[in-house]
Amino acid sequence: MGATAEQFVTNPLGTTTTIDDVISDLEFLDDWEDRYAYIIDLGKQLPSFPDDERTDENFVHGCQSQVWLTHYLDPASGRMYLLIDSDAMIVRGLAAIILVALNNQTPRELLSTDIDELFERLDLFRHISPTRGNGLRAMVGKIRDLAARETTSGEPKKI
Amino acid sequence: MTELSVTNLATAKTISNPVFDVDAIRREFPILSQTINGKPLVYLDNGASSQKPLAVLDAMDRYYRESHSNVHRGAHTLGDRATSAFEGARETVRAFLNAKSTRQVIWTRGTTEAINVIANGLAGKLKAGDEILVSHMEHHANIVPWQMVAERTGAKVIPIHVTTAGEIDMESFDSLLGERTRILAITHVSNVLGTVNPVEELIRKARSHNVITVIDGAQAVPHFKPDVQALDCDFYTFSSHKLFGPTGIGVLYGREELLEAMPPYQGGGEMIERVTFERTTWNILPYKFEAGTPAIAEAVGLGAAIDYLDSLDRTGFEAAEKALLERANRLVETVPGMEVIGTASNKVPVLSFKIAGLHPSDIGTLLDQQGIEIRTGNHCAMPLMDLYGVPGTARASFAFYNTLEEVDQLFAALQKIQRLFV
Repeated sequence: MGATAEQFVTNPLGTTTTIDDVISDLEFLDDWEDRYAYIIDLGKQLPSFPDDERTDENFVHGCQSQVWLTHYLDPASGRMYLLIDSDAMIVRGLAAIILVALNNQTPRELLSTDIDELFERLDLFRHISPTRGNGLRAMVGKIRDLAARETTSGEPKKI
Repeated sequence: MTELSVTNLATAKTISNPVFDVDAIRREFPILSQTINGKPLVYLDNGASSQKPLAVLDAMDRYYRESHSNVHRGAHTLGDRATSAFEGARETVRAFLNAKSTRQVIWTRGTTEAINVIANGLAGKLKAGDEILVSHMEHHANIVPWQMVAERTGAKVIPIHVTTAGEIDMESFDSLLGERTRILAITHVSNVLGTVNPVEELIRKARSHNVITVIDGAQAVPHFKPDVQALDCDFYTFSSHKLFGPTGIGVLYGREELLEAMPPYQGGGEMIERVTFERTTWNILPYKFEAGTPAIAEAVGLGAAIDYLDSLDRTGFEAAEKALLERANRLVETVPGMEVIGTASNKVPVLSFKIAGLHPSDIGTLLDQQGIEIRTGNHCAMPLMDLYGVPGTARASFAFYNTLEEVDQLFAALQKIQRLFV
């Protein structure tokens, strides 16, 4: 059971929606209300997360809300696909931005992405309080750990 | 649902007490006059920690500039000045609590450490099968130290039930208080719900069963003065930083016989009378429990905070706080889906709430964007969150320096947030 390969690879975030789209959209929005409305809308684009993937292993610690994260390494392309879920709307939006930045890359590409630089370009930390509560860093940390593990294990994850 | 309409309500001027000039009071708290995310700061996280008046900042600054040295040590002028400022603060706390003697006023790092000192000190009185009563609304600081002692001694920690309104279930208390009960450890005021517990009655009943009573006063003292002799409790604890004083210091008040019988918590300097390699003897109260150089400037700061509070009109202070809570309660219906958690009849101005469809962290993040600082999460009270079946709450906790306009700003901001998610 769990998520099917199709559920992973059809995620629009990081495939049809790119980080450049998000950066240019956010550039137009000055007002906090518009920026947050946009982030909340992005969160609504998260694909549904299978209930049986809400396991201890997939739980992201260090967030004020509940966050789950699972991944799939496509054996053909070598790309890593991610699904994230949260019970908080803004965290879902932040997760969507993370996916736009990190989804659909090989683990090596993912590890070489400078996520801090991206957040800076998005001006995220001026508008989003970088408290440990929102779990942005916890999510990124878990994704990077998964990618690092995939580059060392050599074996694609079976699902 | 109606929009927030201030015209429907009595205006700030007609409600506020003319004697209690909140604008003048706010000028005493320099941190309050700043902007956050371009908006004037509305600080509503006083339950987590409250802000400090100039009197406290000045007292600590002056102490370091003019009087600092170690206490109870040197035969020199600065040592005498430091000791006199430090012991003067202890006397101020004694008077604040109406304790009989300064021997009963022990400095700790805060409420948490005070409860740990008590739990550790009472461990020798506990044996397997003994029961420690706490309530379901306790802060983790009044649960975990008891669990640790229970683990060591074989005693059990038993929670008193809390009603849906957020009050102690007295039937539950009466049925749990029995032969095996040794300790009742309970909060005076709930940090999540704002409920003021009927501790007088609980203490009276507990003492009639020879049960030792420990009161967590951390959330009570910012709102009213406890009288430990009238309460007749064995122990009372509180933290300075919630009482408009500095962080890093708190108070453990104890009944003298019990404190005398308790072993020291930590060993070191100050807490000893005489040390030899054969035998070491303890210092007298309160120093027996104060190993090492204490937080001297912080004690001085706490003393200044209490002196400052004593300079305010208590009646006006309490009326102002009551008006804040009443106004908040009246505005709840202006936010669709908003529900208050904790509706006890006797409450300090604390408003824990949820809004249908929103996670508390969403509420906290979006209030911060509007310059409004509240607390979100489980409030170190996970058993209570489980009881209400929520992952956490958003909590606005008010202090006497908050204004009715700030209450209105909170609700206007909540309406805005609610619309953002529709």
